[in-house]
Amino acid sequence: MELIELFLASILSNNVALIFILGMCSLIAVSTSIKNSVNMGVAVMFVVTTTAMINWPIYELLKATGTEQLALLVFIIVIAAFVQFLEMFLAKYAPKVYDAFGIFLPLITVNCIVLAISLFFQQRDYNFIQTTVFAFGSSVGWALAIIMLAGVRQKMYRVSNIPRGLRGRAIAFLILGILALAFFGFSGIGRVTF
Amino acid sequence: MDNLQTQIKKPSRWLRLQYKKWFIIFKNGISEENPIIVSVLGICSALAVTNRVENAIVMGIGVIFVIMASSTLVSLLRNLIPSKVRMVAYMVIIAMFTIVVQLFLLAFLPLVAANLGAYTGLIITNCIVMGRAEAFAIKNPVRYTVIDGLANGLGYTLVLVAIAAVREPLAFGTFLGMPIPGFENWINWNVMALAPGGFFILTLLAWLMRSLTKKYEET
Repeated sequence: MELIELFLASILSNNVALIFILGMCSLIAVSTSIKNSVNMGVAVMFVVTTTAMINWPIYELLKATGTEQLALLVFIIVIAAFVQFLEMFLAKYAPKVYDAFGIFLPLITVNCIVLAISLFFQQRDYNFIQTTVFAFGSSVGWALAIIMLAGVRQKMYRVSNIPRGLRGRAIAFLILGILALAFFGFSGIGRVTF
Repeated sequence: MDNLQTQIKKPSRWLRLQYKKWFIIFKNGISEENPIIVSVLGICSALAVTNRVENAIVMGIGVIFVIMASSTLVSLLRNLIPSKVRMVAYMVIIAMFTIVVQLFLLAFLPLVAANLGAYTGLIITNCIVMGRAEAFAIKNPVRYTVIDGLANGLGYTLVLVAIAAVREPLAFGTFLGMPIPGFENWINWNVMALAPGGFFILTLLAWLMRSLTKKYEET
């Protein structure tokens, strides 16, 4: 039950994109079409969950040897190496998947949420199962946010007359602000203290 | 006529300054290519830490330090880094300086460090730092890189402080933690302290700046 609460809380009431404001660069850049957003969301879900699962045992190892200060450095190297490996693996063995997700992979390395999830589980002292659930839930929440934003943006360009100064990326902030306000309605789901 | 001749021969000091390379780089970083308003980079930290002016200033100084230090190091090593592994090289260099900032804050400003939370660690993935290393430092000599790093860091800090200066009074009725005269009975506007407030203020700022500079984005 606690895990279900954590899962729901990390998707809705503690959405990484709309409440913690993470991963904005790629959120704004990719959300011009729904198709790209879905692909990016799936890629982020996979990378975030896997890297959190790799980083957890590594952090335990660092704690055991008393070198926690290096956590940041180790995490980012693990993430960069994992993404690089994934890119090469997909290019060789699954070219079709690579065509769909390949261009998003380098973007993911510098996406804050991948590193943020690793830093959050470190701060909040999660065990392995909690970390996995939290990482998966958070990335689902991020994917939800990017798909919703892309849906609104795509329609908006077709039908509405946006003021000149707001065209392009500025209007995306406004949409995100309204979405974030809407997500306050979920606050209360999951008594998880963050 | 005579007057005109002397004018052509001796352009004013200000005019000469405007064509110096370092001045152009500096101006580009702060206004023409402002990382947040124009290039829309580094938004995550720009919104997450700007609910108090104090946090915004500390974050800005941290980012200025990391950009300048890492760009300088990348620029020094630019002939030694093989282009295939340059991304990982940037990351290691940036991570190193970020850890310095993080430990410094923990040691000397523990309260601010607690407020900023994980966001100091996230300077690593701040697109501005990475972007300057890739777009400028890897191709330019050290003396220009330092100016470019400083200008971009300042451009980022100015926008951060501008957003925070609007959000903090509205959210808490204070400025830099001190009560503002006239705001004594202010009822805290919670939304301003949270994510939506950040988004709305940034939108308004971007709209204002684009209308003033007449630089629009066409899609």
